Amino acid sequence: MGAVYALPEACQMTLWFVFALMTVAAIFAVLWPLGRGGRDQNQGSEVTVYKDQLAEIEHDLAAGLIARPEAEAARVEISRRLLAADSSESALAPTSNLKWRRGAAVLALVGLPLVAAAIYVPLGSPALHDFPLAQREPARPGMAQSLENLVAQVQQHLEKNPTDGRGWNVLAPVLERLGRFDEAVRAYRNSITYNGESAERRSDLGEVIAAAAGGVVTADAKAEFERAHALNADDPKANYFLGLAAEQDGRKDEAANIWRALLAKAPADAPWRPLVQTSLARVGGGGTMPALSDETIAASKEMNDGDRNAMIRGMVERLATRLKQNGDDVDGWLRLVRAYLVMGDRDKALGASTDARQAVANNAERLRQLNEGLKTLGLDG
Amino acid sequence: MIAEAGHYALVLALALALIQSFVPVIGARLRDPALMNVARSTALAQLLFVGASFIALVTLHVNSDFSVANVYENSHSMKPLIYKITGVWGNHEGSMLLWVSILALFGGLVAAFGNNLPLSLRAHVLSVQAWIASAFYLFILITSNPFLRIANPPIEGRDLNPVLQDIGLAVHPPMLYLGYVGFSISFSFAIAALIEGRIDAAWARWVRPWTLVAWIFLTLGIAMGSYWAYYELGWGGWWFWDPVENASLMPWLAGTALLHSALVMEKRNALKVWTILLSILTFSLSLLGTFLVRSGVITSVHAFANDPTRGVFILLILCLFIGGSLSLFAGRATSLKQGGLFAPISREGALVLNNLLLTVACAVVLFGTLYPLAMEVLADFKMSVGAPFYNLTFVPLFALLLLAVPFGPMLAWKRGDLLGVTQRLLAAGVAGLVVVAIVWAWTRGGSALAPLAIGLGVFVIAGVVTDIVERTGLFRLPFATALHRARGLPRSAWGTAFAHAGLGIALIGIVCETTWNSEYIATMKPNDVAQVAGYDLKLDGLLERQGPNYREMVAQFNVSRGGEALSVMTPSKRSFTTRGASTTEAALLTRGASQLYISLGDVTAEGAIAVRIYHKPFVLLIWWGPVLMAFGGMLSLSDRRLRVGAPKPARAKQRLQPAE
Repeated sequence: MGAVYALPEACQMTLWFVFALMTVAAIFAVLWPLGRGGRDQNQGSEVTVYKDQLAEIEHDLAAGLIARPEAEAARVEISRRLLAADSSESALAPTSNLKWRRGAAVLALVGLPLVAAAIYVPLGSPALHDFPLAQREPARPGMAQSLENLVAQVQQHLEKNPTDGRGWNVLAPVLERLGRFDEAVRAYRNSITYNGESAERRSDLGEVIAAAAGGVVTADAKAEFERAHALNADDPKANYFLGLAAEQDGRKDEAANIWRALLAKAPADAPWRPLVQTSLARVGGGGTMPALSDETIAASKEMNDGDRNAMIRGMVERLATRLKQNGDDVDGWLRLVRAYLVMGDRDKALGASTDARQAVANNAERLRQLNEGLKTLGLDG
Repeated sequence: MIAEAGHYALVLALALALIQSFVPVIGARLRDPALMNVARSTALAQLLFVGASFIALVTLHVNSDFSVANVYENSHSMKPLIYKITGVWGNHEGSMLLWVSILALFGGLVAAFGNNLPLSLRAHVLSVQAWIASAFYLFILITSNPFLRIANPPIEGRDLNPVLQDIGLAVHPPMLYLGYVGFSISFSFAIAALIEGRIDAAWARWVRPWTLVAWIFLTLGIAMGSYWAYYELGWGGWWFWDPVENASLMPWLAGTALLHSALVMEKRNALKVWTILLSILTFSLSLLGTFLVRSGVITSVHAFANDPTRGVFILLILCLFIGGSLSLFAGRATSLKQGGLFAPISREGALVLNNLLLTVACAVVLFGTLYPLAMEVLADFKMSVGAPFYNLTFVPLFALLLLAVPFGPMLAWKRGDLLGVTQRLLAAGVAGLVVVAIVWAWTRGGSALAPLAIGLGVFVIAGVVTDIVERTGLFRLPFATALHRARGLPRSAWGTAFAHAGLGIALIGIVCETTWNSEYIATMKPNDVAQVAGYDLKLDGLLERQGPNYREMVAQFNVSRGGEALSVMTPSKRSFTTRGASTTEAALLTRGASQLYISLGDVTAEGAIAVRIYHKPFVLLIWWGPVLMAFGGMLSLSDRRLRVGAPKPARAKQRLQPAE
């Protein structure tokens, strides 16, 4: 709780004063009837009701709503009840009991405030004053959540003016940095809708889609990068990610080619140069070796065992995610199965081969390829 | 300060309720008027404090004070003012606060206007009210506190569920709660009577207006809720036998029975045990309804088991009050003095039949509501009990009841003449049969039962007319005399007539809507024309609009019939960004009692839109019926006179007007 929000001394006093006043009012509500001692006895009784009923019969009879014999029968019945009620009521005379009245007064004076305090103190927050929106908006102390609040304000503004392309443009990267990828995706899409498309916006959008998918270049993301590439073949982000997509698909040489071309065209001082170089090094400049080959594992020789396993597992996970989205890739499935076998996880390998068969089931040619591949891996049928 | 003062006011209300729970009961034991009168001032003070607490919460919502967790979770600074206010009870915590506010309101009313009550009865009644109130104050403060604060208030709230952002929320829950909680008064009266061991016609005279008020609000609340579901959910259905709906129907059925037997008790000092039992049952069912809706047990038994604090707390309250009151009833009911005697065929007898049928119907609904829950708990098997079950059980019971309705008011008190009544109802019966024949000949479509059911509805209405004609002597006496007698007829008699006619009207509406409603479901492009029940609906186009806290897509339909343009209908779909949710706003066009209904589905890639168009013949009768019933209730309520049922003398052979 920030000290900024604590009440000033004077306000605090007012609050306690109000509490005290309310408590006094509540106590008074109990004490008042005790003090009056039940002087005014305006209470109803059964006798009155029956007398009224008798009057009602006369009225009905006069209005012609009931006939005389019926009225007579009703009168007899009610009179009988009236007599019974009269005799039972006279037996009950009011008494007054000072001892109990004092007890009730003490209960009100001591018990009531105690109960109220015992319940309120653990639940209430008397140190917090109100924060109605009107008071709060102009000056906001404490910048801790200022970015979130700015986002909220921009979102509010865009809620009312959804066609403000510039607003979406500002909002999208901020959301991305805050890790709110799904919202960022929507913001980028709106930005494209209202600002028109450009290679940068398309590849930015692709980047957040990939980020939202945990770094996997999904089919959706890839479509965005391809669109960006079509708009501007030299867009570095689109090229980088298309390379990454190729790498994740296991087409290492293709990835290497894309990245090499990107580096060749890149200005010497481009800030993303090192990233692409590392990536290129990772795929080892191509070759026909499948991904997750011994080579990859060799490349991670310097790492300790834990890191290495984590890295391999990460890559396998990505491959599995991608195949879940697009299951046509027979080579990909085979690589996944092989990877599980290398990792010694035969159950997962079997599971993956079943998934693979299902995924390509409606294409006889692919199914044949898959089955042959699985056979060479020693996972027959 | 508003938040904390509201919180503290609620705590004080609890403290006062605790005092009100014990002091007046002790006072009644000692026959000390001062101690008994404590009930009155504490009940009024309780109302003051709970009212202040409720107003505080409303103010916080209106001011968008997001330092209050409840406001943050259910409000948004850009929500229109009306929804900021209704949003107060659009969430669990706030709705419970509304619940206790209404409870305190009824307690305060008894305290303020209970001058005509015997002192000890008033003390007992208010004490029982305080028991209920204490339990619910504790429940709110401990498990559902609306005044909990957030130290670092967020700048924007999470908004209210968009489905609830509708005028229906302003009316439906308060009405329903006035009904539910109103029955707490008859419950308290029943418990007080059992404690005092004394119950008589005078008691019934004091209970009747409270029961009637609760019943009127519950009737309107249910009808309103059904209409709301009809236009807001976008499926054109108006009753789903959904547990939440059943939860409100059960107290209504029991409350209707209670209303009738309290009347018998006031007029004839009979049906005492029935009245007490029904008072207890009605409020118990209201509590059960609160439990079902508020504990989350309906959504999923398992979700309930995951966060059981609230549910278990309400369950405890439920067991305590239902169990306690029924044991008290079992222990004391036998000691109640037996009241007036009556022959099986008599107005009293007819009302016993009415009670039986309503109670059994209520039990059927209870079974249908709880059975799926029991199955889920015991057998881990999810199922739902829907219309087919109720059509086979509830509907025949109700048909029987409706068949009996016209006979009841025409039978004499104490000993009736069934044959005579049947003769007098002959005209009504013939009217019913003629309508059956006409409808049959006219439609030849739909269920064979539909014309029969409509005939039954007509029979009920014609029976009501017969009764009024008999009483006023219309056609028998000169017109002026009849008019004079009509004016002299107690308003309660007119109330009965309207309420019973409402039943018939609702039945006709239900049958027409379910049998002859026509629907058209398709994807339409701009300028496409849909033809439904003789109407041509042309889709003019789609446009986007910006609302205060949502965006909406509006489709514009030009409605014409036989080439003559009638109206423009604009159904829409709203999407709310804050909650990432959307709602369907159906468009309704009323033609007489029938309605055209359009609701939108999704837009396809080609710019076409899925639409559902319904023509619902006489659908409005479904809600006019209950409104008429409530109007009848109000007429009866406005009749401040005492009710006396003059018995038919044993030997009197003369054929006079029926007794009233």
